[in-house]
Amino acid sequence: MKAKSAWEIAEGTRDGSISPVETVEALFERIGEHDIEIKAFITTTKKLAIEQAKEIEKKRKAKQKLGRLAGVPIAVKDNICTQGIETTCASKILRGFIPPYDATVVKMLKEEGAIIVGKTNMDEFGMGSTTEFSAFFPTRNPRNTSYVPGGSSGGSAAAVAKELASAALGTDTGGSIRCPSAFCGVVGLKPTYGLVSRYGLIAYANSLEQIGPITRDVRDSSLMLSCIAAHDPMDSTNVGEKKDYTKFRDDVSRLKIGVPKQYFGEGTQKAVSDAIWRALKKLEDEGATIEEVDLKTVEYALASYYIIAMSEASSNLARYDGLRYGFQESSGARNWSTLFSKDRKIGFGFEVKKRIILGTFALSAGYFDAYYLKAQMVRSLIIQDFEKAFKKFDVLIGPTMPTTAFKLGEKTVDPLAMYMSDCDTVPANLAGIPAISIPCGSSNGLPIGMQIMAPSFEEERLLGVAGFCERELA
Amino acid sequence: MKKIKGISKEQVRHLAWLAKIDLSAEEEQILSKQIADVLDYFRVLDKVDTKNIEPAYLVRELRNVFRQDTARKANADEILKLAPTKKGRYVKAPKIV
Repeated sequence: MKAKSAWEIAEGTRDGSISPVETVEALFERIGEHDIEIKAFITTTKKLAIEQAKEIEKKRKAKQKLGRLAGVPIAVKDNICTQGIETTCASKILRGFIPPYDATVVKMLKEEGAIIVGKTNMDEFGMGSTTEFSAFFPTRNPRNTSYVPGGSSGGSAAAVAKELASAALGTDTGGSIRCPSAFCGVVGLKPTYGLVSRYGLIAYANSLEQIGPITRDVRDSSLMLSCIAAHDPMDSTNVGEKKDYTKFRDDVSRLKIGVPKQYFGEGTQKAVSDAIWRALKKLEDEGATIEEVDLKTVEYALASYYIIAMSEASSNLARYDGLRYGFQESSGARNWSTLFSKDRKIGFGFEVKKRIILGTFALSAGYFDAYYLKAQMVRSLIIQDFEKAFKKFDVLIGPTMPTTAFKLGEKTVDPLAMYMSDCDTVPANLAGIPAISIPCGSSNGLPIGMQIMAPSFEEERLLGVAGFCERELA
Repeated sequence: MKKIKGISKEQVRHLAWLAKIDLSAEEEQILSKQIADVLDYFRVLDKVDTKNIEPAYLVRELRNVFRQDTARKANADEILKLAPTKKGRYVKAPKIV
């Protein structure tokens, strides 16, 4: 039996045909059965979830208004602060950190009646594309457990794919929502930069990252986005407004689609490009026009992205000194430099240390111009390239990932090989535009993701195209 | 704008000192190789002509955002509980200046 969507659960909860307590209890039975193998969660919150469910049931009986996500079990990536629930970023340095406040998105979800079922595994601080770089354990791909779920929001995508949550929150700095969504065969949306509040998101690279939904279908994605997009004075880069995204129209008959050549470059599996072209033909049959476009600067996106992300990370992660919270090696060091350096030696994983050190290098005197400044200039050119393309096209379409999921262990030895796999996702972060990954067939049982990109704040258009493809590609 | 080729273990050690991260000898070894590879890859940007191009920093211009400076309730005990070492209601830290 197909699991109910978030939309169906909320509707059923409101009209009384679904009991949120039963939904949550059944869900935790599923988690108990499957999460031993998948390992999507770092923390599960059964007791709290049942309390929340009872609260909603009480409200319904008292005929009080129920929210748009009433009774919907939702998993939250472990870099988003949840009051009273341990939030670790999958790092030893934050082990035991219990946030005294909720991130704005978590607060908003709760206000809509959502039930938080747990915190999901990720690459430490979001640094990775496989979820193998979690300090605790790797998560496995529910479609084939010898493969990685993608990353860094691998736990969130795996939980949704395995039906251990109806929907999840992920975060996307360079593809961390879209990559695992593609690998696990679910829908992942990275909103426009500034649409969703980042207050309470533990920062990795704040000029690039956004929180967004991971769901099993496009309608659920639109519902989740409607609940988390709003203006928040606590995030000074936030320009969000409340809007109902569920009213998207999936008419593609006059749609102008650009297909960036660079998204089908060397390294793209044939099965992946074939699947995307099949979908593009469907869109063309429906009346959309398809045209190849040359986004020359995208070839430099990866280098620009990694320099910027690592530089911002080296600054953001400077706060972990083990004094006010988090890990402290009680060695009794009296010198602050020695103490901090020891805490950070043990608290951070190797990949995190590498990125902090590379970022420190890119920002250091003598190299700043050649690396950091150059990367920001290239970023300007990439933004301009996208602006130019969107004058001509309504959306841009290509693969989300150049390949299907990697085998566990395949990309842990050679860091550059892992970085390279982000080539199709990072441009949207650099340009700040919205992008969605939706399932688009499979190869050897492993899902393929199609990526649709739109101009800033055109999420509704994005969801419309995604909705059409979902219906026609099923 | 000359980019460097390769990176020595001494350089890695210096960067680690700047970043306040102790590294083991093994980590230094692996990092100097991996950092060199990544920096070498970054040289691809040399091919891009960025004359007269402004750096982006952010995708949208930042505007000043104002809000009322009102105190919010916070539970000080809960926050203090997070500190690994304390003396009374103070966070204990090594001498910094």
